[in-house]
Amino acid sequence: MSGRVLVGVKRVIDYAVKIRVKPDNSSVVTDGVKHSMNPFCEIAVEEAVKLKEKKLIKEVVAVSCGPQQAQETIRTALAMGADRGIHVEVTGKDYETLGPLQVSKIMAALAKKEDAQLVILGKQAIDDDCNQTGQMTAALLDWPQGTFASEVSFDGDKIKVVREIDGGLETIKIKTPAVVTADLRLNTPRYATLPNIMKAKKKKIANVKPADLGVDLTSRLEVVRVDEPPQRQAGVKVETVDDLVGKLKEAGTV
Amino acid sequence: MALRVNLLVNSSSFYKFTSFVPIRSFSERVSSKPEPSSGPETTADHLIYTREHFALKESLRKIIDQEINPHVDQWEAEGTFPAHKIFKILGSAGFLGVNKPVDSHTLQLVCFRSVSTVLMEYGGLGLDFSYNVAVSEELGNIRCGGVPMAIGVQTDMATPALARFGSAELKKEFLVPSIMGDKVACLGVSEVGAGSDVSSIITKAVQKGDEFVINGGKMWTTNGTQADWMCLLANTSDGPPHRNKSLICLPMNLPGVHIARKIDKIGMKSSDTAEVFFDDVRVPCKNLIGQEGMGFTYQMLQFQEERLWAVANILTTMDTVIQETIQYTRQRKIFKQPVLYHQAVYFRLAELQTEVELLRSLLYRATALYIKGNDVTKLASMAKLKGGRLARELSDSCLQYWGGMGFTSDVLVSRFYRDSRLMSIGGGADEVMLGIIAKYMDTVPRK
Repeated sequence: MSGRVLVGVKRVIDYAVKIRVKPDNSSVVTDGVKHSMNPFCEIAVEEAVKLKEKKLIKEVVAVSCGPQQAQETIRTALAMGADRGIHVEVTGKDYETLGPLQVSKIMAALAKKEDAQLVILGKQAIDDDCNQTGQMTAALLDWPQGTFASEVSFDGDKIKVVREIDGGLETIKIKTPAVVTADLRLNTPRYATLPNIMKAKKKKIANVKPADLGVDLTSRLEVVRVDEPPQRQAGVKVETVDDLVGKLKEAGTV
Repeated sequence: MALRVNLLVNSSSFYKFTSFVPIRSFSERVSSKPEPSSGPETTADHLIYTREHFALKESLRKIIDQEINPHVDQWEAEGTFPAHKIFKILGSAGFLGVNKPVDSHTLQLVCFRSVSTVLMEYGGLGLDFSYNVAVSEELGNIRCGGVPMAIGVQTDMATPALARFGSAELKKEFLVPSIMGDKVACLGVSEVGAGSDVSSIITKAVQKGDEFVINGGKMWTTNGTQADWMCLLANTSDGPPHRNKSLICLPMNLPGVHIARKIDKIGMKSSDTAEVFFDDVRVPCKNLIGQEGMGFTYQMLQFQEERLWAVANILTTMDTVIQETIQYTRQRKIFKQPVLYHQAVYFRLAELQTEVELLRSLLYRATALYIKGNDVTKLASMAKLKGGRLARELSDSCLQYWGGMGFTSDVLVSRFYRDSRLMSIGGGADEVMLGIIAKYMDTVPRK
């Protein structure tokens, strides 16, 4: 086994920013807005670096798809302890329509090319909340998947994954190579220390184009319109339970 | 404002996701007019910062948001903050040794029959002063002045002389743990009878055998009630006042060291400030930093850095106060329209923002010259002078626009009003700065 882990990191609008919809309702405003690494991707990077520190894997490779600025996100991963990065250059219209299907094709191609033992992704991105890339990547590779992971450990040649599911926790064992997606409680991402930030300067980021990987970026989806959520209306107070039932029937909800 | 929410898992465990759960406030219809921004921060265009500076700021900001800001109100109320805890977090992330030495000249150890060379790791990063400025700027995001000030004492006031002139042994005992955040340092220079006039301090360290016997006291000691050691300036001989003082590393737990009181101040409340007395305190002579008699000179050497550091810190806070004042006055209505819509208000804010940017330019200019090896005493003194005065003007004007709310303890502007008043006094009073500038202008009357 190569001992190599691929970690996908996505550049998203920072979680604390107030999102604004463009006047033409085509998308949200991204110009001049603060961006950061998707919080679940941070957790994924942390897990990969932890595995390397435990000497269970040998190399952590951070991957990001997007325009030039995606390199900043890769550098953050390098500052957290990833060994090298791969920047898959996607710009313009291709970037606007880039979604889980395209990214998973890219991740699958890279996983094969880099002979990865494990692919760790965040469970979902906080901008589109798709929760699909991990699952699609595993399917394309025909690899087992451990999604919504709250605990990952190595058990011989298998990986034990404790998954967060609706009813509680589920423990599965999957063979490697595999895809794992990180959930909230998997770990607490470390602060990038200043020594590691300076070391990250020397780490390499390779530049790759989707065409080089034989990936077709055509989207099957078209965004028709983007709207803000409706303004929350004031509630109505009623005197009795009968009034309440009456009003609910009127509104057609009962 | 992001909200802090505790997530419950299986009703028994308790988890904080970076202290803030990603909850966004409702979005607004964006206007077609350009968004007001505080200035371009692209790495390619910045005067002195590189990508690494910005990465540093981002990481430090996370620590501030998660470990410091949630507790500031409580620490202000209590009149102290847990220095050991906070310094350990910062030290582990490498933020306390930014421009400190990485390692020493090698030591040789004779081990059995082989000789091995050991590099003394000091744990510093050996970066230039522009990185200290970046750290200081980012610490300005802490919602009080006390905590950044305490950190600044640790990194840029109590330790620079030790880093530059201390013996290897002394560095190992005091500098390394201070960089790692394991030991809290304080600076013992000012006294009850000597602030601006440092040369008139009366604390004495008399040599008796291989020990110094110290008598006297120190005032305005930031971190004084929690410090493990003090960088002490004392008279060690009977020479002329600028040549008879030395810097000594003084452990604070030695018999004879009395922390007389924690001083109750009108601002910087989260920083514990102590009055300390020394009653026949004995410390080994090897605790002397560098050369005897050079203490005054050593302290003076770092004044430029101290002053630029203070300016970097207060600039960020001034930006924040202006922004919060804009937000407040935009939603606060008087006579049926927002306070902000009155020309007197937005004109004044524009004026203040202009002055902030001017001071920022001076800071970057002085920093750029300094890291190239130039003496920036004049510019650093000018920047500190302006920093103190602008902070007073700005906090006063902005507080006015907050009206009654500005007079309460619930808002940042009133805390800034109290905290920032110190800048014209501490670290070199305005009058001292003016004297230095006049000296460089050659306008001081000759004797």
